[in-house]
Amino acid sequence: MLGEQIIKGMAVTARNFFGSYVSKERLTTVQYPEERLTPKENTRQFPFLVYDGDDREKGLRCVACQICEKECPPQCIYIVKSKDKKPDYKGQPQLYPATFDIDISVCMSCQICVEVCPFDAIKMDTEFELSTGDRFGGLLLTKDKLAKPNEYYRRIHPTAAAAVDERLAGEKARAEAKAKAAAEAKTAAL
Amino acid sequence: MNAVGERTSQNYEILPKTGETGEPIGEFLEVSMGPQHPSTHGVFRMDVVLDGEKVVKLKPVFGYLHRNHEKIAENISYLGSMPYTDRLDYFCSMTNNWAYALAVEKLAGLAVPERAEYIRVIMAELTRLQNHTCLIGFFVQDMGALGTPLMYAFREREKILDLFESVSGARMMCNYMRFGGVRCDVTPDWLVQAKQLVNDYGKFLDEYETLLTENEILLARSQGVGVLSRELAVNASITGPMLRASGVNYDLRKVDRYGIYNRFDFKVPLGEHGDTYDRYMVRILEMRESLKILQQALRDIPSGPVMDPKAKLRGLRPKAGEAYGRIEAPKGELGFYLISDGMANPYRYRVRPPSFINLTILEDMCLGHRIADTVVILGSVDIVLGEVDR
Amino acid sequence: METPEQIKLRLETAVPGAKIEILPNDCPAGERSLLVDTAHVLAVAKFLRDDTQLRLDFCSNVTGVDWPEAEIAEKIKVKQVGDGVEKEVEELKKNVRPGFLEVVYHLYSMELKHGPVVLRQRTANRDAKAPVVSLTLVWRGCEFQEREVFDLFGIRLEGHPDLRRILMWDGFKGFPMRKDYVPPDDFEYEPTPHDKVLAEARKHYSPEVKT
Ligand code: SF4
Ligand code: SF4
Repeated sequence: MLGEQIIKGMAVTARNFFGSYVSKERLTTVQYPEERLTPKENTRQFPFLVYDGDDREKGLRCVACQICEKECPPQCIYIVKSKDKKPDYKGQPQLYPATFDIDISVCMSCQICVEVCPFDAIKMDTEFELSTGDRFGGLLLTKDKLAKPNEYYRRIHPTAAAAVDERLAGEKARAEAKAKAAAEAKTAAL
Repeated sequence: MNAVGERTSQNYEILPKTGETGEPIGEFLEVSMGPQHPSTHGVFRMDVVLDGEKVVKLKPVFGYLHRNHEKIAENISYLGSMPYTDRLDYFCSMTNNWAYALAVEKLAGLAVPERAEYIRVIMAELTRLQNHTCLIGFFVQDMGALGTPLMYAFREREKILDLFESVSGARMMCNYMRFGGVRCDVTPDWLVQAKQLVNDYGKFLDEYETLLTENEILLARSQGVGVLSRELAVNASITGPMLRASGVNYDLRKVDRYGIYNRFDFKVPLGEHGDTYDRYMVRILEMRESLKILQQALRDIPSGPVMDPKAKLRGLRPKAGEAYGRIEAPKGELGFYLISDGMANPYRYRVRPPSFINLTILEDMCLGHRIADTVVILGSVDIVLGEVDR
Repeated sequence: METPEQIKLRLETAVPGAKIEILPNDCPAGERSLLVDTAHVLAVAKFLRDDTQLRLDFCSNVTGVDWPEAEIAEKIKVKQVGDGVEKEVEELKKNVRPGFLEVVYHLYSMELKHGPVVLRQRTANRDAKAPVVSLTLVWRGCEFQEREVFDLFGIRLEGHPDLRRILMWDGFKGFPMRKDYVPPDDFEYEPTPHDKVLAEARKHYSPEVKT
């Protein structure tokens, strides 16, 4: 019969329509912003800089090696090295970025900066509500806007942060052990 | 400079006003369809010359999204191009990644570990599922089924994108594969979710097919429309589902057997008539085959590393030489042609975009049909302008 | 499938007068290509398509490559006679390779499911008027790709039925994919963290500002 399949199709539509009132399966949308989906753990939006402790200047892990600046495909990172040095988490003196800007109107959230950073200093944020009225200044994130504590990183990417923390702690312990051994050797030699 | 595009006389030769025997055939109407036309899937324009409602000439015009992807890639490192490949065919970033990774692996001689190969197959087949599901949604939308099938398609696609997001961090711009493997491993939890999705997907496809496959309007609008003959399809380098709808058995997963596709048992669905309905049907059947591959891959996936230990992320400098790597992307053969001169950036980087080349015979398919059918035919070609224009 | 040498041998008998050269490829997994002179390329292409052993009916990829004039340092062994003893000495010799443009075709066979055979043709120089021969009449699939090669590289493909720009607009000057193409510097003037972009934009706009 002509139209039979159309009626069958209508039945499918009706099933979906009425089903959406009862079955969560068929109603997949949520009413943002009142309702929110829980973000996935690996979600990435824009990069931020991690700092340890509670001083956002001193605790910054970034050593201004500029690898990420070079590797960033659309070239949206801008770094100026500092003139002086400050101790890093292992206690070694290191440079730090005097300026660290990311132009997030250019950034394409590709995570390449995170992958190439050898110091686990830059990580991806999950924050996405970044709309601003200022087209230029508002989308140029400077160092103090980028710096976020390690606790924050642990909260948004727990698994990855745990691995990083473990690795850094291991490195620190090794560095300390080495320093201790060197000191002991020194005293023994005396 | 004229940003809109100057008309050259060569572009539009004057069409005859009289037929072969000298009888007047009335006025032709020249219509510029697009670039902001809902059926053009982006910014794409067709210059159509009409005789009444019949198409007598059709020239596709594109380039509105042109950003010279190839030039950008020739100026940055091999790794840096990977996120840009996501943006070629933004529906299928996983397969774009794979094609590029394959070409670089061939050029630099890198191996890919077992597990990574399996993950790649899983990702590629999931991509094929979501691409074809959505395409069919768009295709019937072009016929006038506004919204409903497309929304069902998007509902299912969202589940696949959720899976992508939970491994790679992004729904569409995955940037997931690397030369010599994939960026990060999938969790056992993820595999369970993927299995669940694959098991449920068949049910969704059944429902989708009840809604569409035998629908009288779809049949009337698509059968016998835009017929593409076998010979022309081969000669015009058509690839992907469009080629197979014309009855040519050529699927790179079977021909090249790149990756580990030789381990899976699946069929290549073929069409008979080469019309738009066959293209629709081939895609539906291909999804069912994809489900089979996914089931086998998810069952057999071994454990192990996901990156070749020889591969390094930064500073890849392949020896001078050239390589052409190609895969069966959902839209057709996606190839990357790379020439290295030993530097950190490729000397020549070329993308062979399937949907760009599939547009070659758009005019041939549309001639003689009504203007409303051009929309349907274009929908069945499956283009994404990010890839056509690059 | 036949090796490039075998194909070359058969081509030379089938297309008398064709000059065919096999180009090496240092990439281990890559294919060596056949360089064919422009006068015979159409006949060669037709032969490759119609030959029963090859049946290369599918022209997958067409692209251009720009090779500007380059200095190539080559190590050559020179025999030197000094103190009555003949010695081999390596000498660094610099050759200037003239610039040229190249069109590359990747051919496969859908019927016999083999490939690729890489076909190349070169222009005499990098002049926009130096022609190569279009193969659209042999493989329809070249149509848009050859237009793209014309558009982005400025290679004139003789015999193409509809040779005009495809990705750039018709009034565009220059060929963006050439190695010596100078990109425009009229960026939208906006503060970015990158001084280079800023400086270029300033340089572009400042004469206007002054006048
Ligand atoms: S973020 Fe990492 S890669 Fe970038 S400059 Fe700082 S330490 Fe170096
Ligand atoms: S995410 Fe990508 S684009 Fe953004 S700053 Fe990092 S490397 Fe650059």
